[in-house]
Amino acid sequence: MEPLLAVEDIHSYYGKSHILHGISLEVGRGEVVGLLGRNGVGKSTTLKAIAGLVHPSAGRMLFDGRPTTGMPAHRVAQLGIGYVPEDRRIFPLLTVTENLRTGLDRHGVGKAKKQELLDKIYQYFPVLAERRRQAGGTLSGGEQQMLAIARAMMLEPKIMLLDEPTEGLMPRMVSQIREIIDVLHREAVAVLLVEQNVPLTLAASERIYIIEKGIVRHHAPAAELRVGDAVIHQYLGV
Amino acid sequence: MGGVPFAHFVIQTLNGIVSGMILALVASGLTLIFGIMDVVNFAHGEFLMLGAYVGVLTLALTGSFWLALVAAAAVIAAFGAAVYWTTLRPLLGRDPLTTILATFGVSLVLQNYALWQFGPVPRKIAEPFTGQFTLFYLDYPWYRLIIAGLAGAIIGGLWLFLKFGKYGIWIRATTQDRVMAQAMGIPVPWVLTGVFAIGSAMAAASGVLFAPLVGVDHAMGVDWILRAFIVVVVGGMGNLGGSILAAIFISLLDAYASLWVSPSQSIIVSFVFLILTLLFRPTGLFAPTPK
Amino acid sequence: MRPRQPVVFWVGLSLILALLAVAPLVLPVFWRRLLTEILIWGLLAMSSDLLIGYTGMVSFGHSAFFGLGMYGAAAALLNSNPPNLWLALASGLIAAAAVAAFVAYFSTRLRDIYFAITTLIFSQIFYVIIFTWTSLTGGENGLTFTRPAFAIPGLFSLPFTATTLHWFVLAVVAGSYLALRRITQSPFGMVLQSIRENEARTRAVGYPVERYKIVSVMLSGLFAGLAGVLYALQNEFAAPSFVFFVVSGETVIYNVIGGIGTLVGPLAGAGFFLLLREGFSRLFTPKYLDPVGLGGLAGMSYLVPVGIIFIAIVIFLPQGLLGFARRWLNR
Repeated sequence: MEPLLAVEDIHSYYGKSHILHGISLEVGRGEVVGLLGRNGVGKSTTLKAIAGLVHPSAGRMLFDGRPTTGMPAHRVAQLGIGYVPEDRRIFPLLTVTENLRTGLDRHGVGKAKKQELLDKIYQYFPVLAERRRQAGGTLSGGEQQMLAIARAMMLEPKIMLLDEPTEGLMPRMVSQIREIIDVLHREAVAVLLVEQNVPLTLAASERIYIIEKGIVRHHAPAAELRVGDAVIHQYLGV
Repeated sequence: MGGVPFAHFVIQTLNGIVSGMILALVASGLTLIFGIMDVVNFAHGEFLMLGAYVGVLTLALTGSFWLALVAAAAVIAAFGAAVYWTTLRPLLGRDPLTTILATFGVSLVLQNYALWQFGPVPRKIAEPFTGQFTLFYLDYPWYRLIIAGLAGAIIGGLWLFLKFGKYGIWIRATTQDRVMAQAMGIPVPWVLTGVFAIGSAMAAASGVLFAPLVGVDHAMGVDWILRAFIVVVVGGMGNLGGSILAAIFISLLDAYASLWVSPSQSIIVSFVFLILTLLFRPTGLFAPTPK
Repeated sequence: MRPRQPVVFWVGLSLILALLAVAPLVLPVFWRRLLTEILIWGLLAMSSDLLIGYTGMVSFGHSAFFGLGMYGAAAALLNSNPPNLWLALASGLIAAAAVAAFVAYFSTRLRDIYFAITTLIFSQIFYVIIFTWTSLTGGENGLTFTRPAFAIPGLFSLPFTATTLHWFVLAVVAGSYLALRRITQSPFGMVLQSIRENEARTRAVGYPVERYKIVSVMLSGLFAGLAGVLYALQNEFAAPSFVFFVVSGETVIYNVIGGIGTLVGPLAGAGFFLLLREGFSRLFTPKYLDPVGLGGLAGMSYLVPVGIIFIAIVIFLPQGLLGFARRWLNR
């Protein structure tokens, strides 16, 4: 069956720096896929490219059968790609509800449906419901992470791109993130997870890509990999 | 404080508030545009001027001041959007100074086009409301208070639009984080065009409101743009509330100063305020303290 | 070790100077005056290039420096008997320097857009002061005076003719160009350019960036003031309209059209602009427009097409007409 997301040999530059040297990967419908690698190898750039925030200079991307290379980011989001960036980047001066509404106010979504989505999200994230009238910038780090994920879910995405969601979070919140990934999986939303936390990634994902210096070096089902494996040690140094 | 009658002081307070409200309307458009796309629109004064001319023409055609106001806003909104799309959009990624240069060029072109098209003689618009009320022993025209009210209403409308409603959220989100706004599916290119159009329309509306007070000519925008720049810096670039407060404050200063010096010199008071702001609180006198 | 000046540069420069020197002898009066004017505005544009092209600070305040140079010279010429050229130069430069110091102090604390807007407002402040201080400056009408002779009191006195004045202007402008060139290529100039490239890094390395900026503004103001003095000498009047910010704007236009960071580019830009001005002014008359059916355009200001050209250059040719030669001109 055709994968939901197919990335073929994309290259990307930042000024004169060659960041992505030909990344290729796939994510199937409803699949949870992990992206591991050291800092600075191009994991974030890969997600940005998929989200349309960075345009690759070469290569192709296909989402849900449609070519998305070079598509403006807002169109990519409308197609159903939800992006949660590394530093969360919630809108600091908008309230929690307003933050959620940025993803909610789309074409073809009726008022009733919008309310339904909003209620559902507040059920999943009671903490956000409590703070719904607070400005996003006043939330704690963990709460902002929840909001960033919830906000992307308002797009009713077919895939969620998560960039280091557990970074800087307390262990309690880390397990909450794990739960969220499981919930997404249950809801048949695919997840492409970039993480530094190897055990979490191995446990949550079905397949793993390991990236080094802008290219995929290893690709295996998560079941075949264990923390402490030679391969993990080689590319991640842990 | 040599012997200024209290009545004159009150009159000047009213005058200050009236021009302050119009200046606030002009400056809000400018600061809205700057806040969302980092563009200092040098041609803002010319949108005011062209709006005033559209108002003059519409008034001559239909006899209705209100129609003139609406027509000016609508026409200049569309015109502004066109100017944005052709000259500013290509420059968005570059050094912000290129947009000052480009809009300065636009300002020159528009001023001289207007001069050629309409001639150097100022046009007059009749005040839509005549009649005065007596304040102390002096007469004050109702019209001035009404335009202050209208300007306030428009600004209030803008505030409501930004605070509630889908597009208001789009605009505020784009202003705070343009990249993430795109990632949320917000059609940012359209939002930017829309904001530029709104800002231009506000300038045009100010032009029509102000026209009966002074007469319409090709250079009327120049005074306003300088004052608007001062207001925007004193109020805090991109800070809507600050600009409004600063506009009224500066206009009041100006009005009081002209009790003692000539009007062309009274602007020096505003300049002094600008200098003080730059020295002691460069992010803006009325802006919240930067953390 | 200073880089060796390429021979080509000196030969080229000498050739151009020779042409400019011969020009007044062969050109009709109008074009001769225009050429002198181009040189003067060119000097103003070059002074502005020191800030824009080399230090990376866009200033809309040069009309203040220019105007004060003009009025300073005027004051000296009205108050000396017989009018003394050197006094005019000195007082013009001092006036411009004073204004530059004032502007520099405030403006160098600001970055980018704030600096641009502030300098713009400063030039308007000076405009308003000059416009309203009628007793000192003649207000709206300005000041008129007579041109001094090229003289050293007690030794000789040669009244200027149009041609000799042109040569004087040419000498001053050429000398200024060489001086500015020397400045931009000196260690001081290198620091300025590094400020333009990356101010934070320059500061981190330990350079007192504010002081460099202040000196840059002062030098820029001095040369702009010099241009103002030359203008006063050529036209024998000073008027507030030259202090109006539009003059600053046009100066920036010359810079951008010609190519910033080249010194010579802005001068070429001034020439290009002024020639276009003359060209379009003549073109937009019924004589030329009617035959092509564009009679309706008659009387349109040259600034409309020139403004459009300027905008197009900003968008499509940001390095300006001579931008391609930037590296070469700075060797």
